[in-house]
Amino acid sequence: MITAQNTFRPIGRSFLNFLRDVGGSTIMLLGVFRRLKELPRTHRQTLLQMEAIGIGSMPLVFVTALFVGAVAAVQAAYQFQDYVPMVFLGTVVGKSVILELGPVLTALVVGGRVSASIAAELGTMKVTEQIDAMEILAIDPQRYLVMPRIVACVVMLPVLTIFADVLAIFGGMFVANVAIGVNTPTFVEGLRMFFYVDDVISGILKAATFGGIIGLMGCYNGFRTFGGARGVGRSTMHAVVTSCICILIADYFLASVLFRVIFYRGTT
Amino acid sequence: MITVECRDVWKAFYGKSVLRGVNLVIRPGETLVIIGQSGSGKSVLLKHIVGLLSPDRGSVLVDGVDVGKLSHKKLFELRMRFGMVFQSAALFDSLTVEENVGFGFREHTTMSDEEISRVCTEKLRMVGLDGVGDKYPAELSGGMKKRVGFARAIAMNPQCVLYDEPTTGLDPIMADVINNLIIKLADELQITSVVVTHDLASAYKVGDHIAMLHDGVVIFEGTPSDVRQTDNAIVRQFIEGRAQGPIVVGSGE
Repeated sequence: MITAQNTFRPIGRSFLNFLRDVGGSTIMLLGVFRRLKELPRTHRQTLLQMEAIGIGSMPLVFVTALFVGAVAAVQAAYQFQDYVPMVFLGTVVGKSVILELGPVLTALVVGGRVSASIAAELGTMKVTEQIDAMEILAIDPQRYLVMPRIVACVVMLPVLTIFADVLAIFGGMFVANVAIGVNTPTFVEGLRMFFYVDDVISGILKAATFGGIIGLMGCYNGFRTFGGARGVGRSTMHAVVTSCICILIADYFLASVLFRVIFYRGTT
Repeated sequence: MITVECRDVWKAFYGKSVLRGVNLVIRPGETLVIIGQSGSGKSVLLKHIVGLLSPDRGSVLVDGVDVGKLSHKKLFELRMRFGMVFQSAALFDSLTVEENVGFGFREHTTMSDEEISRVCTEKLRMVGLDGVGDKYPAELSGGMKKRVGFARAIAMNPQCVLYDEPTTGLDPIMADVINNLIIKLADELQITSVVVTHDLASAYKVGDHIAMLHDGVVIFEGTPSDVRQTDNAIVRQFIEGRAQGPIVVGSGE
């Protein structure tokens, strides 16, 4: 029988779960900030995570970036036909890659790979009682497991984004040259015409924030795992979904704030 | 040596009561065995002793100190006095056997790698393992994993060792090896031991005292011979392994 209670109960439960996740992940993040002074003690784990997250993600990011740049050039050239001079092709590709496509697409592809991997690893440790074993040995899992992963993500996402930006622009330049008929000097001229360092900084700030989101969602979902292999699968999926959604939401707010800051600087 | 006292401990998960007022005293230097059906809350009780879980009501006192009221730092200090052997061994699967056993030393001491390696070899010898230091947990048998878990639990010279189902999943001979190891460690290291099991042969062999947990409360406590001679219908059904009796199969799940 359909009653008001049956209809609203799942909505209410989902809302409560959402509040629990927001609260839980905020507490975890505050815990990481509190432990930051102990980072030197976990430098080995942090470096290992930076290698796994950063170096390990490079092939995926490079391929994505090359083709994103190429697609951006093709799309822009199609839009420009007969209306906008092709000298602006480099401008559009550069701006869109540095401000938006580079940070966001890098975060989305790395988020899928890294948050899933963190959640699966920590989730397996949770269900096999390895995290309990760590606590019994008087070792703080937040310091030993969570902090190195989040710090590694915050540091490595901007690095990956810079590589992605460069490769995407090369991808766009290559396609412009080969398929669209815009030679390299023309493309570079357009690229330099409206190039601002503030744009690059804003992209890096976004990437660092997205890195924090990826690490946090992976760790939070991993630590909340229960129920064996099925639970690990569920946590992994939640980690990917929540990190992607949070990246897109954060992108909107960051873009609003950063554009205002850049625009303000540019007009004064 | 450590005294542990559980005072009216209650714990529920998702609205289902698991512990409903457990009262239990574990005296210094004794080996207490907690028996009961699967799902009766034995492991949950064990986790309360070291603060991995907090009671909804009641308190767990270790040497008179309420574990639930300790700060994060004090709780970690308390845990340094405990070792725990997990049902699944819970070895860190990305580390070698030696790194597992020496994990606590690396984090809490300034010992050199050579010193840590020497202590690990000594602890592994104590549990009858030699030459496995560079293997990974996945390369070991179930019995070997359990023994590495023992070596890790006693590595930092704890005053109390908690064993969660130490013989579950092992063949009878290996189970007896593990029982002898529990007795040997209690005698040699003069530690308080708490063993959670539903393996009665193990309980009789290693226990100075046996407590039975049923429906979230301790319904019986005594020596192994008291258990054998008791008239308590629930305990009798459990030790005789009968499906018929006051314990309804599935009630403990």
